Amino acid sequence: MGRRGRGRGTAERGAAVRRAGPRAAQGRRREGASLSRTGWRDRYRAWLHHHRLSAADSLARVLDNATASVLTWLVLGIALALPVGLNSLLHNVGQLSAKWDTRAQISLFLQDGVAIEQARQLQSSVAQRADVAQAVLVSREQALEEFGALSGFADVLDSLEQNPLPHLLLVSPLESLDADAIAALRDALQAAPGAARAVLDMQWLQRLNALLALARRLLLTLGVVLVVGVVLILGNTIRLAIENRRDEIVIVKLVGGSDAFVRRPFLYTGLWFGVGGGLCAALLVGLALWFLQAPMASLAALYDSDFQLRGPGVMGALNLVVLGGLLGLAGAWLAVARHLANIEPR
Amino acid sequence: MITFERVSKRYDEGHDALRDVSVTIGRDELVFLTGHSGAGKSTLLRLIMLMDRPTRGRVLVDGRDLASVKPRGVPRHRRGIGVVFQNHRLLDDRTVYDNVALPLVIAGCEHREVGRRVRAALDKVGLLDRERAMPVTLSGGEQQRVGIARAVVGKPQVLLADEPTGNLDPALSAEIMQLFEEFNQVGVTVLIASHDLVLISRLHHRIITLRNGRLVGGSSS
Repeated sequence: MGRRGRGRGTAERGAAVRRAGPRAAQGRRREGASLSRTGWRDRYRAWLHHHRLSAADSLARVLDNATASVLTWLVLGIALALPVGLNSLLHNVGQLSAKWDTRAQISLFLQDGVAIEQARQLQSSVAQRADVAQAVLVSREQALEEFGALSGFADVLDSLEQNPLPHLLLVSPLESLDADAIAALRDALQAAPGAARAVLDMQWLQRLNALLALARRLLLTLGVVLVVGVVLILGNTIRLAIENRRDEIVIVKLVGGSDAFVRRPFLYTGLWFGVGGGLCAALLVGLALWFLQAPMASLAALYDSDFQLRGPGVMGALNLVVLGGLLGLAGAWLAVARHLANIEPR
Repeated sequence: MITFERVSKRYDEGHDALRDVSVTIGRDELVFLTGHSGAGKSTLLRLIMLMDRPTRGRVLVDGRDLASVKPRGVPRHRRGIGVVFQNHRLLDDRTVYDNVALPLVIAGCEHREVGRRVRAALDKVGLLDRERAMPVTLSGGEQQRVGIARAVVGKPQVLLADEPTGNLDPALSAEIMQLFEEFNQVGVTVLIASHDLVLISRLHHRIITLRNGRLVGGSSS
């Protein structure tokens, strides 16, 4: 703002001098040679030039101190990779459970005294319901057989005088039903004549989803804490950089450098640290997922699934780098705001 | 060009650095400021640079009351004043060229213009062939001349120097003073704090003397 105003002032002065002729021009000679002659366009170009200069100079400084910089990048990378990597995993698990959601099944146990014909009637009436995809009747004899085969207690069961198992209707709701509709269906089935109990085989899924929600919340907390950590680490790094260049800052202020001018290289330093940290984080997440890929695939194969771990992808990595850069700027700004004002020529 | 009107400066610890100082330095003047160390020379320069504000009284530079310069305006005020320090205060990790270019870069000078002016300033102080050198490789006298080039490269109307010859031998000191005289001859107001009385009394310029913060001589030309 001030710069522009000043530039305009000189332009007007220049015009006035042209109008006033040689005498005024003579008076201007001394002052005209001073710095204020540059127009706002030149100033804009010079401002851009200084940005380029600061960016390049800061990058060179960061690269010059390779060991320290790599360590800082790794620290930032790990701090960013942890929440992002975990989020990636959670996202994958969440998608998996979303697939399972549609396979909900209601087990409708019939009362003891219900005859098989009655059960068949109930089966056909349930199967005709609009919200039911399929209803399969498992008679008590079938059930006993299956149970004996699966449990290995066939002999014990044979010795029983009577079959303790009821008839069972396995009801598959339509895939388009949501959790509430499925619960409503279960209630309706429960109320059907001859029904003893309708059990929704979704409890484990609900538990899993509740666990996932908890994990997401924990992850969010962890993410916030780590992001704050990243900003503070960067702030501290920049603070050290400011301390190291204290003399230079004093000199620049003495010869008329504005706060923005002094601030600029440090903001770029923060940016480079942040961008490097973001790159490191993207690499770490990629590496970790690659490392998990093989065991995950064999695990999925055991469950007859073609499930594949999905990483954050190119866009995710880019986002990480941008996020790192922003955090770097934030940390640098914090440090600069706190420490630069304290450095005044004495 | 520079006017002090009944200026006093008391530091927080209760030390009176300047007491009721009134002095005017005209355009095109070269003035020496002398006195023992602690007499208030540096304080007087600091007030002109706005490194400090007076406790009482007014300081005017080019007709402008410095009390009206807000903190945001301080950098611009300093850009209009060239300063030479006793200990040079150069950036040790930059070349001579970059050191001299600093005020122009700060002022947002155009790239080619910077090169032209830096070389002109270095030529003026006789160091054109050392523009790629690092300051530490230069002698004390050369470093001081780099400092002078940096002070004048922005063509300021006022040039301040705080003990510019403090660490130099007499021959080099005389050379440096001659440089200041040359700048003064092209219209720059020059104020030099120095306790090298032998040297400055030979030069036939006005001498302002401070003792314990009070003006004891040279208040008017």
